[in-house]
Amino acid sequence: MARGEVLAVRQASVSLSGRSILKDIDFSLEAGEFCGLIGANGSGKTTLLRTILGFIAPSSGSVTIDSGGKLASVGYVPQKFALDPYMPMRARDLVALGLDGNRLGVPLPSPGRRRKVDEMLESVDATRFADQRIGNLSGGQQQRVLIAHALIRRPRLLLLDEPLANLDMRSVAGVVALLRRLSQEFQTSVLLSAHDMNPLLSAMDRIVYLAHGRAASGSTDAVVRTEVLSQLYGYHIDVVRVHGRVIVVAAEAEDDAQAAVAHDPVHVAQVP
Amino acid sequence: MDVQTLLSLLFEPGFFTSEPVRTAAVIGAAAAIVSGVVGVFTVIRGQSFAGHSLADVSSAGGSAAFLFGINPLLGFLGMGVLAAMSMELVRADRASERDLVTGVVTGAGLGVAALFLYLDMTTSSTTGAAVTVMFGSIFAIPASLVPLALLVGAGALLAIGVLYRPLLLSSLDPDLAAVRGVPVRLMGLLFLIVVALAVALSAITVGAILSTGLLIGPAAIALHLAKRPGLAILLAAVIGVAVTWGGILVSYDSYEWTGGRGWPVSFCIVMLIFVAYAVVAQTGPARERRQEHPLPSGEKPHVTSAG
Repeated sequence: MARGEVLAVRQASVSLSGRSILKDIDFSLEAGEFCGLIGANGSGKTTLLRTILGFIAPSSGSVTIDSGGKLASVGYVPQKFALDPYMPMRARDLVALGLDGNRLGVPLPSPGRRRKVDEMLESVDATRFADQRIGNLSGGQQQRVLIAHALIRRPRLLLLDEPLANLDMRSVAGVVALLRRLSQEFQTSVLLSAHDMNPLLSAMDRIVYLAHGRAASGSTDAVVRTEVLSQLYGYHIDVVRVHGRVIVVAAEAEDDAQAAVAHDPVHVAQVP
Repeated sequence: MDVQTLLSLLFEPGFFTSEPVRTAAVIGAAAAIVSGVVGVFTVIRGQSFAGHSLADVSSAGGSAAFLFGINPLLGFLGMGVLAAMSMELVRADRASERDLVTGVVTGAGLGVAALFLYLDMTTSSTTGAAVTVMFGSIFAIPASLVPLALLVGAGALLAIGVLYRPLLLSSLDPDLAAVRGVPVRLMGLLFLIVVALAVALSAITVGAILSTGLLIGPAAIALHLAKRPGLAILLAAVIGVAVTWGGILVSYDSYEWTGGRGWPVSFCIVMLIFVAYAVVAQTGPARERRQEHPLPSGEKPHVTSAG
């Protein structure tokens, strides 16, 4: 992998149960880059993230993560994290598990451990609800705690699976701003999946656009264009910019693709 | 009324000097502590059904022990551990599939128990075996069983202590644990074996069928009261011991007002658990939420403003 790269996905294809999900995915992330993984529901975003995490082996191609000599090289925020309100765990307990949850034995109280957890909670503006049960927190607050859990070991790469889904608009803006700030502060590369690119437009250094199992990557301006997306989808796509928002529209709706495209701006093509 | 009178009303004569009571108190406490500690993880992991299933299947071992005249604790233990390993080794990734496997294994285990108990009854005419295996006879436990019971209990607690953090993380979310390099499947297997230890201890105390009550009840109560994991575990153990000793006391005293027949200890214990849960369930996180999340003026959750 090239110098400065934290993640390199090279010609990676993934099949699940004999069905091809991803084909020749090729992109890389540099240190501190903020990248949106954009695609409609079912386009393979979660599969790609799970492949990068090593939960799924690619059928061909490769995924390389430069750990920079660190043991905890990847932080992860899963999509489905519906906690029972009775779960006996405060926000700070979950963050502490991010620090040493893989270690055997019962944690002994230590000022150093406590200070690291406090600092991390402060970094994600979670100090105010640090001592509440996570199951009782709002969706946006839970995301902050999960981000703190994932980042406390300062990984070089942070993967988030649809962290903005089910959040109200104010929380979405807050979480995006937080991630942007932390990626610069910690020099952590962020790869975040979403079905709507609009909340991420100002934050993204790079976009990876998924459609029909293929990906186009590059800067937003290079990828989110009529020609590129049309090539990726295999039929004509219009990219419309209105009031600083991007809307991706299929001119001729091709069977099931039409409805999805009209509502979820998404898609791809090879960008040189 | 002086203290002496009150105490003699509460504790019938001979309570503290009775050998069976002392043995029951020691083994009961060991079973309650282990069940409370293991129960918290069982509830968090959503494995209450698996816990009950292990108890049912281990009753086959318990009834075999009666038939062949071996140590009943070893019978429960052997069968429980075997069932735990087979349940975990069957690859059932979907929850619904796992439920089916558990259900079928439970049925088979109870069937085997039925066979052994029938043979007990027809060959050695020990008609009490069924009641003892299924519903427990804590006052009939021989004192010679205490060392082994304490050993099993200590082993279970040690295992939980060692696995504590990775087990907690993988119970919370298997993916989060896997990213940190925790072997999630191995964790699941080891935990289920520890559940089998807890269930075996409870089985000789309150019986195989009622061991679920001791496993889940105190843990459920503790989860209503504690908001951090360590505290919930401690609380579950304390509540378990309290209801077990309380149940032993009520049962012992009941000989007085039932004309010498007495109520079974198992009944008294699970009833105390039930009442305690019913009281605690009135409170809990819902109330905590109202107290701890006063909405600051101007900050409303879930505002959807344009733009």
